[in-house]
Amino acid sequence: MEMVRLTIDGRPVEAPRGTTLRQAALQAGTHTPTLCHHEHLNCAANCRVCVVEVERARTLIPSCATPVQDGMVVRTDTDRVRKARRMVLELLMTEIDTTTAPEIQAYGRYYGADPARYPAVREAAKEREVIIDNPFYVRDYAKCMACMRCVRACGSDIQHTWAIAMTGHGHHISVGAGSPTNDITESPCVFCGNCVGLCPTGALMGIAEYEVRKAGLIGTPELQWSPETGLTGPGTAKEVI
Amino acid sequence: MVTATTCSYCGVGCTLELHTVGNQIYKVTSPPDAPANRGNLCVKGRFGYDYVHSGDRLTQPLIRRGGVPGARRGTPEYGTLEPASWDEALDLVATRLGAIKADHGPDALMGLSSAKCTNEENYLFQKFIRAAIGTHNVDHCARLCHASSVVAVNMALGSAAMSNSIGEIRREIDCILVTGHNTTENHPIVGLEMKAAVARGADLILVDPREIELAEFATYHLKHRSGSDVAVFNAMANVIIAERLYNQQFVDERTEGFAVVAAAVKDCTPEWAEEISGVPADLIRQAARLYAGAKASGIYWGMGITQHHNGTQAALSLCNLALLTGQIGRPGTGLNPVRGQNNVQGAGDMGALPNNLPGYMPATDETALEKWSQAWGVKLSRTKGLTATDGVNAMGEGKLKGLYVMGENPLMTDPNLHHARACFEELEFLAVQDIFLTETAEMADVVLPGAAFAEKEGTYNNTERRVQRVRAAVTPPGAARQDWQILGELSTRLGYPMHYERPADIWREVAGLVPSFKGITWARLEAGPGIQWPCPDDQHPGTRFLHAGTFPRGRGKLHPVVYEPPTENPDDDYPFVLTTGRVLFHWHSGVLSRRAAGLNAIAPEALVEIHPYDAVELGIADAGMVTVTSRRGKVTAKAQVTTRPLPGSIFMTFHYAEAAANLLTIDSLDPLAKIPEFKVCAVKLEPAI
Repeated sequence: MEMVRLTIDGRPVEAPRGTTLRQAALQAGTHTPTLCHHEHLNCAANCRVCVVEVERARTLIPSCATPVQDGMVVRTDTDRVRKARRMVLELLMTEIDTTTAPEIQAYGRYYGADPARYPAVREAAKEREVIIDNPFYVRDYAKCMACMRCVRACGSDIQHTWAIAMTGHGHHISVGAGSPTNDITESPCVFCGNCVGLCPTGALMGIAEYEVRKAGLIGTPELQWSPETGLTGPGTAKEVI
Repeated sequence: MVTATTCSYCGVGCTLELHTVGNQIYKVTSPPDAPANRGNLCVKGRFGYDYVHSGDRLTQPLIRRGGVPGARRGTPEYGTLEPASWDEALDLVATRLGAIKADHGPDALMGLSSAKCTNEENYLFQKFIRAAIGTHNVDHCARLCHASSVVAVNMALGSAAMSNSIGEIRREIDCILVTGHNTTENHPIVGLEMKAAVARGADLILVDPREIELAEFATYHLKHRSGSDVAVFNAMANVIIAERLYNQQFVDERTEGFAVVAAAVKDCTPEWAEEISGVPADLIRQAARLYAGAKASGIYWGMGITQHHNGTQAALSLCNLALLTGQIGRPGTGLNPVRGQNNVQGAGDMGALPNNLPGYMPATDETALEKWSQAWGVKLSRTKGLTATDGVNAMGEGKLKGLYVMGENPLMTDPNLHHARACFEELEFLAVQDIFLTETAEMADVVLPGAAFAEKEGTYNNTERRVQRVRAAVTPPGAARQDWQILGELSTRLGYPMHYERPADIWREVAGLVPSFKGITWARLEAGPGIQWPCPDDQHPGTRFLHAGTFPRGRGKLHPVVYEPPTENPDDDYPFVLTTGRVLFHWHSGVLSRRAAGLNAIAPEALVEIHPYDAVELGIADAGMVTVTSRRGKVTAKAQVTTRPLPGSIFMTFHYAEAAANLLTIDSLDPLAKIPEFKVCAVKLEPAI
């Protein structure tokens, strides 16, 4: 296996070629916040909460999508990185309802995200209505951050069913069931719910869980996050390199 | 609360996390490192759990009372099932079983164990039947699904379990041969792995009469006529031998019987097979070359191969392909009868079979009988046991007088149900232990309420031989009890005390006596993911794939197989072929899935798949009602006009009691495996008004 040598936060790191910066950082003991990333899905790199600073790079770099290269000098905790991560989280929290997104909440607390800093952002997404058109799960796109985990899972990454796709643009972007009525029961959906299992924000939720939450029997667990520990709290698992 | 356990539907053995509030499950998830399913689930596993909380659950023992003496079982005069105390119900079962044993001998009794129950419960069940009752008349529903695979693969290799792990499909296989297996509906997670393999570049050869979802992913789809399996696979063997595609070194070193098989398939040319199967000869040639030439080819099959009067022969014809080409014994290569029920592998492993003691020790072998006689402190019977299918006929003939059923529903799943029902009516005594009042329980004298999967502790063995923990997340409703406790109580009442503190103690007994489980300690199962048997010691990691280096019987045996047509073929009176099977949203006799509200909402009624050519000719409209009649029965259901079946063939599921396909099916049996020919019988169709 060909090894690549680089520096992460001042420490020398050696990692097999093909390793991503996120994996290399984790190997060196530093966790990176992620939302659109999932170990069983192909890379989408669309949430940008995992950005890091790489010396001589023009922009901040998504660490989930960038492979290590010889001689790279990577910093994961500079002011610029913290500010960028905070802004990504603030924009998400402004645009969508994050009340059932424990990871966004945990990252937001760590980076001091204050969505009130963007009062003028349109609330188009938050005004969407809850869709219950099938007996298994709820689609609440007011909570959808368009990470496309569900679209990837439904399509080429897991289920190979392709029942859903992204529709619309800008603030109106959303996941759709492909028909003019947007009715999932008229799509090829087989209701495996692998999209529900992978949704990071609770936009997709089993109806039974939706009801139990509405009745106030359970809430969203409060998780903690830091670069040293990663996510901790109820239901979190050890992060996999 | 979150409880990690194993799914109760199919044999994939998905790891489930049951999320509960109080005694209510509200969500199911699966961790990304789940060994069999990588965190992926299907609709049944993720959303089909609510049957556990169904208001139909049995919550107290029932005893039939108020019957008119001499009334026939199954008639209103036979009395009604009424609530009773546990003591009363257990005493009654013990008394009646004891009386039949005293009057007619132990072989007048039989037990049907359950592929839905845990290993521990299956082990106790067969121990109860063998040690407390004293007969080998014990079987379970594998008789109706993979009995012929078990016989065939045992004849060819000496051990019948699936060769490979599910995870090998994604990573290591280059050519997948799937036959008679609607993978994406019946083992959806295995289906995902096959799709992932195809996406990686693997080839898929599908040999199946129906246009199932996998056809879209197949390199070649051999759409053969139902029941012509042996013709197709013999022709593939013919090509492999004629074109010298076989693995000479493997054949020489690891097999026997090459010359006999070469002679047997000499005339089975692809052209000959085309006549019988309807598959173009060239397609058979291409498939044979692809299978033989790939770096790693594996065969996966289901009921389309096994449920025939010659199911054993069909499975042997698949074994021949693997042995000729040496596509076995390496990662990704092998023979894989994909097991249906969550613990059908375990039920067999535990000896819930008339011919096998636990660990597949033959019940005809003196050494084995002696070993278990000693272990259980009782002399075991030397009389051969009955299979489930032979048992039905023995009831009809009055030879079998008492039946104890745990978690099975033969009066939905047996073929030719009118006949099966008539046989059950002859029983002197019928007791059923279940979680719902099934069609079978409705006929019983005593019904004992057991526990559902989410309420019990124990283990299941999945289709890849992985022993996995089952854990209780909620408590059983009302007075329902743990199934192992019920069995212990009964056995004790019959004079053979079986006292266990907990399921772990039962597992310890099994693992102490069956060498292939010896290293699978309860502590290891508690601490980590499941372990694949054989696992001879507690340092052994378990066995990912079988048959590296040698076969359990030594050399793999090639068997000459002769094509025989199905028992009942279409004619002028009954011009269509009926094939039965399942759909994604339901499970077997529907006892569980039809009580899962979402599943039943999506698939509420029986459908008859009819090809448009036939529908037009008969004047049957899509979604119109159609009556299907065979020589044995008649069923009316909704037509679904679709190109999925071949013209001249129709497809029905056996999930729906109100349109029970098994009223139509034929009870002709495979002579070796005693499996019925569910997959082919002749029917006629007419539009229903």
